Amino acid sequence: MKYIFWLCAAITIIVITFMGAYIIVGGLPFFSHTNIVSFLLGKKWNPSGEIFGIYPMLITSIYATVGATSIGVVVGMSTAIVLVEILPLKAAKVFSAAIDLLAGIPSVIYGFWGLMVIVPIIDKFWGGKGAGSSLLAAIIILSIMILPTIIRMSEVSLKAVPKEYKEGALGLGASKFQYIFKVQIGAAKSGIMAGIVLGIGRALGETMAVILVSGNAPIIPKSLVDPVRTLTANIALEMGYASGVARQALFATGMVLFALIMLINFLLTQFIKNAERRNGNARKA
Amino acid sequence: MKKRLLSCITALVLGTMILGGCTAKDSPSSAVQSGEAQVAEDKKEESKSEETKKGGVKVSIVGSTTVAEPMEKLAEKYKELGNTDNLEIQGVGSSAGIKAAIDGSADIGMSSRELKDEEKEGVVETVIAYDGIAVVVHPSNGISDLTKAQVKDIFEGKITNWKEVGGIDKDIVVVTREAGSGTRGAFEEILKLLDENKASTIVETAVVGEGTGAIMAAVASKEASIGYVSEGYLNDTVKPLSIDGVKPEVEAIKAGQYTISRPLILITKSDLKPEAQAVIDFILGDEGQKIMAEKYIPVKN
Repeated sequence: MKYIFWLCAAITIIVITFMGAYIIVGGLPFFSHTNIVSFLLGKKWNPSGEIFGIYPMLITSIYATVGATSIGVVVGMSTAIVLVEILPLKAAKVFSAAIDLLAGIPSVIYGFWGLMVIVPIIDKFWGGKGAGSSLLAAIIILSIMILPTIIRMSEVSLKAVPKEYKEGALGLGASKFQYIFKVQIGAAKSGIMAGIVLGIGRALGETMAVILVSGNAPIIPKSLVDPVRTLTANIALEMGYASGVARQALFATGMVLFALIMLINFLLTQFIKNAERRNGNARKA
Repeated sequence: MKKRLLSCITALVLGTMILGGCTAKDSPSSAVQSGEAQVAEDKKEESKSEETKKGGVKVSIVGSTTVAEPMEKLAEKYKELGNTDNLEIQGVGSSAGIKAAIDGSADIGMSSRELKDEEKEGVVETVIAYDGIAVVVHPSNGISDLTKAQVKDIFEGKITNWKEVGGIDKDIVVVTREAGSGTRGAFEEILKLLDENKASTIVETAVVGEGTGAIMAAVASKEASIGYVSEGYLNDTVKPLSIDGVKPEVEAIKAGQYTISRPLILITKSDLKPEAQAVIDFILGDEGQKIMAEKYIPVKN
């Protein structure tokens, strides 16, 4: 019996290993065609001419993720604070249900809504080479999509802060907002950070919604309203017809994406660990 | 002991998964080839089993990859209808196909472009379908006619404002298909949107849509946009442009007046073997033309 559980647990690891191996096996042969430096730093993507440079997509993915996360964190944390500390319980419950709904909407619906609403609005006010299909549209859609994750995680960790902290802070004469910003958020830091990591992962990996609103031009964006293509969009767009080297190039793009996500996860968990250690030391002292 | 058993099982599972993965990886990467191989294999088996009875004759069909694609379907249907001849299809490009037909190394050559004069000697051309690509703009666009050269310049980013071609003062939003799409390939080939290395010269800032539907949606929603779709997909949401004064209509494409189009041609020697002639007759017949009509304009309707 024990071994059945073991096997089930092992499946996750087997699948991850298998997927990693699959992408690497598919992508490695590509580097005999284009070396890794000109692949990562090449500024042109032209599969019919066998020119493969993913620098524009790499930059776009980073811009879009950073942009969406910045907006998502500010709005998401504020929402979480309102839910936990400010709204009365009943109102907070209604709010929570709405957020759960937001989390359950399929990404293609976000994309479609973005295409029909956000893109025309951007086109009307700022125009741009893609007539609204742009980096800005991608950032807006992504920031909405990662909100539920950030709100949920922040909410849970804010709630988990011991009551004594609040009583202590208020007893010492702190105002409600002083307590929230100086005590509660600090104590809930690791949970909030976990939420942000998950949010970044989702923003970086989102494909369908981005394809619909970003315009997919493989260029380095010079302005927020330029049409852009992310790493994920690059794979999804061209996988259908790609063959030979072009197909390997897409696998190699997948490898880069894989590495990027692992790197971000690693850096942020490291960051959280450090923060916790510092917290622990401070508390001891 | 138990631990070892467990690791053995894990290794086994991993092994089978990786093996399975390899085969799964191989099949889509060479979908066309393996499809071909499959057909060829099926044929082989069949001809083996029926050799004693009839014995299939080999008919080699070589050339354009564009034509090779419907040709696979045609071959399948041909077999379904009970024919035992062994159709060998190879997609190697139009020029190679024409050459193979001329020097007799293939029974039938396939081409997705008109033959040059020096290629026409001693061969028979049979058009089996037409491929027409309409250049489309937003319905509110005042422009209704462009020259082929203007279309090329717009897609290469040399003309960037509608006023340069007689329209309103608005930046042109170029919309294109993703790399690898057959429609994009044909469009680039016909308008010569390729440099000497066969790299696409379509402007990099062009909005890319995945599939004909995405192109139609993008053009229909962006006022200053221009895109292209296969003639068969046109509807009211976009406005097709006349090219050099000719509208992209079936008759004009068939007559060769609409220039962003190409014929799909089979090339044969005049004294071809009866089995090859039977294949061509089948393609020009109702069943064959129905298959061609799935993506192209059939010659007979």
